[in-house]
Amino acid sequence: MSGSKGTVMERGAQDGARANADARLSIEQVSYAYTPNPSQAPVFTLEATSFQAKAGEIVAVLGPNASGKSTVLKLIAGALEPLSGRILLNGQETHLMEPRVRAQRIAMVQQESQLLFPAKVWEFVLQGRHPHGKSLRFETENDVAIAKAALGDVGAHHLMDRLMDQISGGEKQRVILARALAQQPTLLLLDEPTLHLDIGAQVDFLHTLKKLTVANKYAVVIVTHELNLAGEYADQVVLMQKGKCLRVGTPVSVYQRDLLEQVFQTQLAVEQRVNGRPRVSVLEKSE
Amino acid sequence: MQPLTLNKVVVRCGILAVVLFVVVVVALKFGAVPVSLYGLAKGLIGVLIGRSSQISSEYGMIIREIRLPRIALGIFVGASLSVAGTSFQALLRNPLADPYVLGVSYGAAVGSIVALVIEPHIAMRPEIAAVFTPLGGFLGATLTISVVYLLGRYRSQLDSKTLLLSGVIAGSFLSAMIMLLITMLPSSSTRGMAVWLMGDLSTPMSPILAWVLRTGFFVFFAMIYLTASDLNLLLAGEREAMHLGVDVRKVQLVVYLSASALTGLAVSVSGSIGYVGLLVPHVMRMIFGTDYRMLLPAAAFGGAIAVVIADTAARTIAAPSELPVGAITAIAGAPLFIYLLRRRLA
Repeated sequence: MSGSKGTVMERGAQDGARANADARLSIEQVSYAYTPNPSQAPVFTLEATSFQAKAGEIVAVLGPNASGKSTVLKLIAGALEPLSGRILLNGQETHLMEPRVRAQRIAMVQQESQLLFPAKVWEFVLQGRHPHGKSLRFETENDVAIAKAALGDVGAHHLMDRLMDQISGGEKQRVILARALAQQPTLLLLDEPTLHLDIGAQVDFLHTLKKLTVANKYAVVIVTHELNLAGEYADQVVLMQKGKCLRVGTPVSVYQRDLLEQVFQTQLAVEQRVNGRPRVSVLEKSE
Repeated sequence: MQPLTLNKVVVRCGILAVVLFVVVVVALKFGAVPVSLYGLAKGLIGVLIGRSSQISSEYGMIIREIRLPRIALGIFVGASLSVAGTSFQALLRNPLADPYVLGVSYGAAVGSIVALVIEPHIAMRPEIAAVFTPLGGFLGATLTISVVYLLGRYRSQLDSKTLLLSGVIAGSFLSAMIMLLITMLPSSSTRGMAVWLMGDLSTPMSPILAWVLRTGFFVFFAMIYLTASDLNLLLAGEREAMHLGVDVRKVQLVVYLSASALTGLAVSVSGSIGYVGLLVPHVMRMIFGTDYRMLLPAAAFGGAIAVVIADTAARTIAAPSELPVGAITAIAGAPLFIYLLRRRLA
């Protein structure tokens, strides 16, 4: 943690940011159709999907490729407008929010994007302060303190003066998370954040995320392929297949062998560990 | 962690202003009539701080009437082209984007020529007539960047190489249009082909057009500068910027139109001076970094400095003959373009 500087949310409380305790995301019967050419039938449809995320809770959205996971995340982020249904963050529809207001409340951690010109880590994290001010702005001391606290929170304080393209994949994901924290959001969205990380870095990342989610009362929605990591760290999982939301519930209630085998089209074994969390393993494919 | 402050921007711009002043004094000295450098600097500072109303009478007329207007034109043309290039680079996420490379300058030239041809045939108030050519340039520039942008998209993604190729092809097509127009039209209504294709600062401007150029520069520069923080985020991509609270469509529209207007303004008075928008932002990035809040004003000063130096060289290298200023910028710019392209591909 960041020592005497305080965590990013404590910093937030100092400058009067709202408390996160009552953050609540509800997705109510949301559907969507992706139609690249208006005269043709949609190439992808998301059928009515509902689930909720509360403050301090991690919801993992799982499913095979093209199951609609990323579409759900884009809808929540307000980047897409639902065909029907509503997505409410504390009572407000996300796609109707002003871009700046939305970015004050919702932070998105995406798979890393290519930078055109190399930026220092601290410059990158300070970008998270952009929504908290006018269009043309120069960062204040408070912004700097918040960015430092965010780097401290993810254990990346020492990377501050490095260039973004000179740190490892695991370090980069932490820095991207720090930028999201610097936004002081109520809702954190993560799109396959552990995709290119080795197993140690994956566990590290999710452990940090879990700790911060509980401490700062974020509502978190994470899209991932990692069944076991989701089973370990998520409070709820949403299982999707071909644009349908099949099941919502605790990992143990959703991770049923028949269901997972049908969704992922492979033979699996599911066991319950001593901590009550499920574990999925792949069985040898019988010819 | 030392973020950019407004103070830093102001101080650095002050230094660049001093460099520009020195360059202007030196540029004023060069020419057929010898002029003392010391006397010039003293005279200019006197005028700037309001102690005297004009420069010493011996050569005052030559300075005032001939050299200074030409240098002032170079300053605003250079600043406009450089700021336009810097802006296109952020919008298109391509460090090789520049009004000349993208064909936008030639589009502005075609628009200006068409406006010049139409102008005598329409009854207009003189104030409107003065902005008619720049307006033609602006429309030509806007149309060209729109077409090049659409051609540069592949599967709804902006592809860097396709974009540059589209710009080169559009430029080649439009330069042919310029040749066609100039050849077919009576020579009295437009300037020569070399002016439009290579750029030239020797043609004197009417005072009202000079005013339009200056005012236009400040207005459109201000509009782009107000989005400087947003442009920093757009460098990381549209989606990323959107998630950080940038109203992407609005910023893109404002900056595309403003950068096209700057290009149109500059080209309508000086023709297509190439590579300024490529060369200058690149050098300024090496000195001041990539933050657009610093880069945009630095590019404006740098563009002014570069074009004044290039024009002085154009006037003196082959004296008493003159080269078009665009020949000098192309000699410096083309090798740099190749170098940047190779480095990007590597």
